[in-house]
Order: sequence, then C-alpha cells, then structure tokens
Amino acid sequence: MTATPVRLPISNAAGETVSNMASRPARKMIQIEALERRFPNPNGKGETQVFGDVNFTAHEGEFVCLIGHSGCGKTTLLNILAGLDKPSSGYVFVDGKEVSGPSLDRAVVFQGHALMPWMTAMGNIEFAVKSRWRNWSKAKAIEQCQKYIDMVHLTGSESKKPAQLSGGMKQRVGIARAFSIEPKILLMDEPFSALDALTRGSLQDELVSICQATNQTVFMITHDVDEAILLADRIVLMTNGPRARLCEIVENTLPGDRTRSDMHTHPNYYPMRNHLLEFLVNRSKTFAKEIAADGFDPRNPPVARPQAGAQAATRLSAASDNQSATTEKKAS
Amino acid sequence: MIAKLNPSAQSALLSLALFFFGLLLWHLLTVQPDTGPSATVLTVAEREQLVSLGMIEPDIDYYANEGIAFPQLEQIAGLGLSREVIEGAGGIQALGIAAVGADSPPAPGSLFPSPMQIGDALWAAVTDPFYVAGTNDMGLGIQMGYSLARVALGYFLAALVAIPLGFAIGMSPLVYQALDPYIQVLKPISPLAWMPIALFTIGDSEISSIFVIFICSLWPMLINTAFGVATVRKEWLNVAKTLEVSALRTAFRVILPAAAPTILTGMRISIGIAWLVIVAAEMLVGGTGIGYVVWNEWNGLRLDRMIVAILLIGVVGMLLDMALARAARLVAYVD
Ligand SMILES: Nc1ncnc2c1ncn2[C@@H]1O[C@H](COP(=O)(O)OP(=O)(O)OP(=O)(O)O)[C@@H](O)[C@H]1O
Ligand SMILES: [Mg+2]
Repeated sequence: MTATPVRLPISNAAGETVSNMASRPARKMIQIEALERRFPNPNGKGETQVFGDVNFTAHEGEFVCLIGHSGCGKTTLLNILAGLDKPSSGYVFVDGKEVSGPSLDRAVVFQGHALMPWMTAMGNIEFAVKSRWRNWSKAKAIEQCQKYIDMVHLTGSESKKPAQLSGGMKQRVGIARAFSIEPKILLMDEPFSALDALTRGSLQDELVSICQATNQTVFMITHDVDEAILLADRIVLMTNGPRARLCEIVENTLPGDRTRSDMHTHPNYYPMRNHLLEFLVNRSKTFAKEIAADGFDPRNPPVARPQAGAQAATRLSAASDNQSATTEKKAS
Repeated sequence: MIAKLNPSAQSALLSLALFFFGLLLWHLLTVQPDTGPSATVLTVAEREQLVSLGMIEPDIDYYANEGIAFPQLEQIAGLGLSREVIEGAGGIQALGIAAVGADSPPAPGSLFPSPMQIGDALWAAVTDPFYVAGTNDMGLGIQMGYSLARVALGYFLAALVAIPLGFAIGMSPLVYQALDPYIQVLKPISPLAWMPIALFTIGDSEISSIFVIFICSLWPMLINTAFGVATVRKEWLNVAKTLEVSALRTAFRVILPAAAPTILTGMRISIGIAWLVIVAAEMLVGGTGIGYVVWNEWNGLRLDRMIVAILLIGVVGMLLDMALARAARLVAYVD
C-alpha cells in the first residue's frame, strides 16, 4: 500500500498547534444539530432524556472518538447516526443530506461483533459486498472480500464459522465487513473493548494503517483513553446520563505520525491523558455546576488542547476557541 | 471387565441385557404349563351312562383326564371300541371326533403370544411386506405406506401453512396479537376431537384423517416458527438494515437461517404428534393403514401380528424423529 499518512497534523512535532480549520477541506461528513433522544419511562409515565443539546461536526478523513461513562447514550447516539434509531428532536446530516434511515454510506461495527453464526467469515463479508454491489459476479465479490480479509490478516480463516474464531478474529471479520463496502463513514461501537490488550493493540495498528490508506471518516465509541489518544484526531466527551450533554471537544495535540509504542514518550501525552482521565473521574459528574459557572453554550462546546507546560491554559484556551468553533459551526 | 469398556459400549451392553431379561420374563409368563388340559369332571349319572354304553372304567378316567367332554365321550363309547384299538387307528380325531376342548374358549392369558411366536410373525412381516391377499389382508409394508403417505401429506400441508404464517406472526406484533386468541383456543384441542367435525364437513374418511394430521401438526410448527422469527437477534437485523438489504433477502438470508433451529424443533414435535395421531385416526376410520391393522388384528385376536404392527409403529416413529433430528443438525449453528 502506498500509505502517505493522510492523518491531518493537529500539532507539529514541537507541540505547536496548527489550525485545523485552515488545513482541513471544508467537506462536512457528519453534522449533528440540537440532537435529543428521550425514552419512555418503564412505568409508562413520562419520558427520560438520555442526552440532549448535542451539536457536533466531523469532516472528511477525520477520526473522531466519543468517550463517556456507561449508559450516557453513546450507543444510542451511534444508532441515530447509523439511521437505526430516530432522534426525539434535532437533526443529523451526513455528507449534506439528512439521515432518514440506514444506508450503505455508513457502515457499522457493532458493540458485539454481530456476525451471522451460520455463515463463514467469508460468507459474512460476502453478504455485505453482495448487498452493496448487487450485480457483481461471484468471482468479483470474492475478490473484494479477500482483499479485506487479507487487510485484517485473516487469510486462511475464510471458511471458518464465527464460533471457530477467537474473539479478536471475530471482531476483525466485523471490521473487514464494514470496510469491504467502502462506506463514506465508518461507525464503530467499542470495537475492541472485549479484547485482550495484545490483540487490541495489533487491531488498533491495523485500523490506523487502513484509515490512513483510505482517508476514512471514522466515528468511534470507546472507553479506553489510550485508544482515543492513539486513534482520534478529536475526542468528544459526554457527561453522565441521564440528561447527558456533549461537554467538551478535545483536540489531539500529539503528532499525526504517533504510534502505539512511541506516543507515551511525547511531552503532550500525559497532558492529554490526564485531561481525559480528569474528565472521566470528576468532571463527567460535576459538569452541571460547570455549566452554571461558565455560561456553557451547547451549540459551541468548548475545545481543549492539552499540551505540555500549558495545563493551566487548557481551560482558558477553551473560551477563545469558542470563537473559531463558532465560525466553523455557523458557516452555513 | 465391564468398567474397561467405553461408556457407549457399556450402555449398549446394558440395553442388550435388559432386552434379553425382558424377553426371558415374557417367555416365562407366556409359556404353556405342561400339565395338560384340565380334566373333565363327570357326574355319577354320566359315568353310569358311559359304562352302560360299554366303556370300561380305566378308559373313562383316561379320556376324562385328557379333558374330553361328555358328549364326545358318549360318541367314543358309542363306537364300542377299546382305547388300544382307537389309538391303533390313529386316535379319536382320526375317527371324526372333535379334538379336545376345540370349541371351548381358552383361558384368558393363555392366548398372549410368546416371544417365539412374535419372532415368527415379525419374520413373516419383514420377509413379505408387500403382499395383497384381500382388502383386510395386506403386507405391513403396504399398510405402513398408507399411513406414511397420509402423514406426509397432512404434515407437508401443515408446514406450507405454518411456516409462512409463523413468519408473519413473528415479524408483526399486530398479526401476533390478532391471531393469538385463536391459536390459544385451537391448540389444546385433541386432534381426535377434530375427527367428527372433519367427517361431517368433509365426509371422505381419507381426507378427514389427512385433515386431522394437518391440524395437529400445525400448532407446534406455527408457534415455534413465530417464536424463532420474533426472537432473531436484533443485531443481525440491524446488520441487514445498515446494508440496505431488501425485506425478502433479509427473510431468506437472515431470519430464516437464524430461526431455522427453532422451526426444526417445532417440525420435530409435529412429526411425533402426527405419527401418534395417525394410528388413532386409522383405528377410528378403518380401511387401510397401520393403525387399522392393529385394530383389525385385535378384533381377529391375532395378537402376534398385532404386536408386530405395534412394534413397527414404534420403529417407524423413531426413524421419522431421527430424520428430523438430522435435519435439525444441518441447520444448527453455534452462537
Ligand atoms: N430501547 C430503549 N428503551 C429504553 N431505554 C433505552 C433504550 N436503549 C437505551 N436506553 C437507555 O438509554 C441509556 C443509554 O444507553 P446506551 O446503550 O446508549 O448507553 P452507552 O453509552 O452505549 O453505554 P455502554 O458504554 O455501556 O455501552 C441507558 O440508560 C439505557 O437504559
Ligand atoms: Mg454502548
């Protein structure tokens, strides 16, 4: 593969922030506006809001991670993006068009692997490929499947049923299935959470190289802070549910060519990590107070850029970033 | 020594031991006691009558011990021959006197066939299964064929109705709720209770028994199909949705294979019920079929052949079940 790293440099090696807005093409792949989802209460009386006031935009080729505690509505949000669920209010646009249902433009890697157990690994991927290109010949479909099976290093396991595959292999089949239909957007729901650290690491590496090779737009849910730092260009933080809010967007300040083995040595790594952990441990619970103190504008959530030697400035910079975020959001 | 064998060989050995033990018990219970026929008790008047006809006392005692009744004794005495002479001529039967107790009913229980008799009848049935010697006397193979054909037809029609309808019920909560009361009421009705209705409305006994098979095979298949379809994992349906798969392709490529094991379980229950019911239905309706054979042999008190028919019903039922179990294994998947 002629892999020119397509990952957009968020900051250069010196830790100097480069303006994303300038270097990024304007094409907006995902636009979420004032999104809200309510579910009826189990006792039948009234409804509970899972999340609300979510505004967010992701651009072509961007890798976005969503972090939040269990039950804050991450899967619900992803299902709405996928078109499998409908918002109670608000809008989702994908590539400029409002989402009205599931589409082959958006491939989903589900929280469980969601492979059909009666089909082989190849069969599962072929089912997707045949759905995408209905008039393709068998040979052509198989060729496409093989390409993606090889990509996730499952060559030789094509004719195995999911039950005969390990957890990591199943997840890789699920990823190959999602990639094989060459979607505009890849939606992934904790794709690696059930795996051991070693398997997870190698799959993350594969994912990085595939995404760089294909300039794939990815929206991924994760619980793993390190995973987010490695993979994401931007990390979206959600507060605890119910009534969860999109609380902050963290831009990754590590260089674009970071790898799993060397990212820990970068001076910005610990600021990033600490910022995310601090959010998960404390701020995700106390965010309501922050809103009251800061005059939080849900339409322009603060943007944070944690860097070495600028811990104190991190929060302050958020306020000024609101300006650039505003221009970005309200360009239309 | 037995402990050294693997478990399946052990169980086979145990089965075999039980079989022979059962056979032995059966044999002992059905063997004719060798005490001979019960002696005829003669009144004094009868005895005098025989003596007056010229029969000597030792001969009277002998024949009475053989169980020969008084009228026959009178006949023998009327011949005026001594026992030695009669025996020399080939016994009393040869002289045209009815055999011992021929028209008296046998003691109950003594009729039950022994294992050897069953073996003979079984051999006869198996070696010549397709003879036709009259409407009431056909080979068990032919009779079994009639029953199997009825079951197959009723069962096939039931599957044809139950599986698509089960799909509709499983996929649509509306259809489910609309049909549920009917299913709940109709399901527990004994298949044989349908028989009078079928006979009255349809008239033809052949079609009636097929209808009864149909109606009793229907429910397990219908309910299992609906359940299997309704409980297909949402994830798989979501995969199909995100791939924009058409409803028909989803039904055949996702829902059907996902629900197939549950559907096959229903089909297996159905075939078992159908096989139970056909025997009873044929007993009621008569004419042909293995159930009718059982009834017919019972009426003719040919218990050995009846038992052979019963045995074959069990074997065929087992084979049907095994066939569906194998089919179920083909569509099974490990999740
Ligand atoms: N179909 C539904 N009906 C009612 N409530 C629902 C439904 N789906 C989700 N919820 C509720 O919405 C909330 C968010 O669920 P969701 O699955 O999106 O959480 P999550 O953030 O993905 O959690 P996790 O990290 O554990 O996967 C939960 O409180 C859940 O109970
Ligand atoms: Mg989830």
